[in-house]
Amino acid sequence: MNAASLHARADFKVIARWIPEHARVLDLGCGDGSLLQFLAETRGVQGYGVEISPDNIVACVRNGVNVIQDDLETGLHEIEDAAFDFVILSQTLQAMRHTEDIVDEMLRVGQQAIVTFPNFGYWRNRLAVARGNMPVSRNLPYEWYDTPNVHLCTIDDFERFCTKRRVRICERVVLSDGSEVAALPNLLGQLAVYRFERQLGASPS
Amino acid sequence: MKAELPISPDCVGPVIPKVAHFTAPLQLRSSAILPDYRLVYETYGELNAARSNAVLVCHALNASHHVAGWYADDPKDLGWWDNMVGPGKPLDTDRFFVIGINNIGGCHGSTGPSSIDPATGRPYGASFPVVTVEDWVAAQVRLADLLGIDRFCAVMGGSLGAMQALQWTIDQPKRVAHAIVIAGAPKLSTQNIAFNEVARQAIISDPDFHAGDYYAHGTVPRRGLRIARMIGHITYLSDDAMMERFGRVLRADDFRFHFDVDFEVESYLRYQGEKFAEYFDANTYLRITRALDYFDPAMKHGGNLTRAFQAAEASFLVVSFTSDWRFSPARSREIVKALLDNKRNVTYAEIDAPHGHDAFLLDDAHYHELVRAYFLRLAADISHGRTA
Repeated sequence: MNAASLHARADFKVIARWIPEHARVLDLGCGDGSLLQFLAETRGVQGYGVEISPDNIVACVRNGVNVIQDDLETGLHEIEDAAFDFVILSQTLQAMRHTEDIVDEMLRVGQQAIVTFPNFGYWRNRLAVARGNMPVSRNLPYEWYDTPNVHLCTIDDFERFCTKRRVRICERVVLSDGSEVAALPNLLGQLAVYRFERQLGASPS
Repeated sequence: MKAELPISPDCVGPVIPKVAHFTAPLQLRSSAILPDYRLVYETYGELNAARSNAVLVCHALNASHHVAGWYADDPKDLGWWDNMVGPGKPLDTDRFFVIGINNIGGCHGSTGPSSIDPATGRPYGASFPVVTVEDWVAAQVRLADLLGIDRFCAVMGGSLGAMQALQWTIDQPKRVAHAIVIAGAPKLSTQNIAFNEVARQAIISDPDFHAGDYYAHGTVPRRGLRIARMIGHITYLSDDAMMERFGRVLRADDFRFHFDVDFEVESYLRYQGEKFAEYFDANTYLRITRALDYFDPAMKHGGNLTRAFQAAEASFLVVSFTSDWRFSPARSREIVKALLDNKRNVTYAEIDAPHGHDAFLLDDAHYHELVRAYFLRLAADISHGRTA
């Protein structure tokens, strides 16, 4: 086991649980490729990352991960419909300018999609706002003026979005300090992990 | 003596070209047959016992087998990719056995139009066949056989060299583990072909060209070669890079109302043209630009590049440069798409560099770091006995 698997984040383990052996996986905004490296080691996936940062491209190469340098905001032109079993967007949804477009693109190129995002409804975030300040925490480590997170949402918001967009949620895991939260997820969960697909009969928009 | 030479610890140092002679006829794509041929090549580093660390570096338009190092009798003649290949360099000759080959049709010692045709005892000249990228790969395969290399760890090239790397993966899928495709394209654009045609016409219409048999006339179509090179140079640089480098700077204080050199850029182009016409063979230039024009692996698949790469088994590193308008990033993306469609391992990087097509030859920190990281992975695979 190498460093990547030892320090696998809690959401990585949830994602790995959902992905069958040898699946084809696309990880959007893959960073240094550690999730794909983890999935390659634990599930034997054939994976590709998409990244915009030059330093992360080099990091992915160091980690032995396939990566395509591209801007997610402009779409995934090189990728055919349904080319992947799973398309992952890990902790990036909230930083996308075109949230609806990227969800459509994920469901175009993948059979299923997986997203993880920090739950803005988490009680500490609510408390910070109630006190009159934007929350700053491990999951939301930015000040309001330097945050890349332009589309923060709560678990409840995301599920409404899915209903409106005719997206079927297959599975949800809500995490707090690495453990799964069973009760009151929108209040007690720090991080939400969803697996979803296009609703049967829903045409891609 | 040696201490006076420009020795740097990350240079392979003095190198000696080698010559391989092949006597079995080579059937070319044009259906012409080359009865026998010579290939000049250089090697750097050591082939390991498993013969699994060989990297073939393919040259572009005007380069040669002289990829790295320098010659004892001409220390200033540094290899064309010396910033990339050497001990501790991105393609590390302490870990890899690197081979540079001058292609057939060339003018650096491999059999080409200026070579003596054994059938006539005179230079081939106009009778030397038009060669293609496929022909080059076929000729290179025989050198690999001779050197006992069943499978290259990597075949690497920029521009036209990138096309050869791609061709290797299609024609010899079992013999190449990785293709490193830098500033490449799956085929030339119409505009690219048009530029090549202007360059060729400059040569062909030079009265000293004598329909390609200028050797017999004791002439060199220098004017044509100069213009061809000047046109080429314009397309290798970006508009911004030219503006940055030369601006509208005049050689004198004011216009001189003549047609000799007024602007610095004119002086630069003339100098480049002049230098090129001194060493490059016009017949080779015609053939190499034609090989560029004809490269189109998708052609026999109805234009479908995805089908063209169906046979490929290699893993790929594809690199483009943002300011390269001759082989633009969009062209590299076509390659990436075809590879993704075929579920090949592929990494694609678009390097933010201002220099245009020439960027692939320059020492950009991020570009070199990327190539270094890729080769370090390959080196790790080799030391673990994995080859792909």
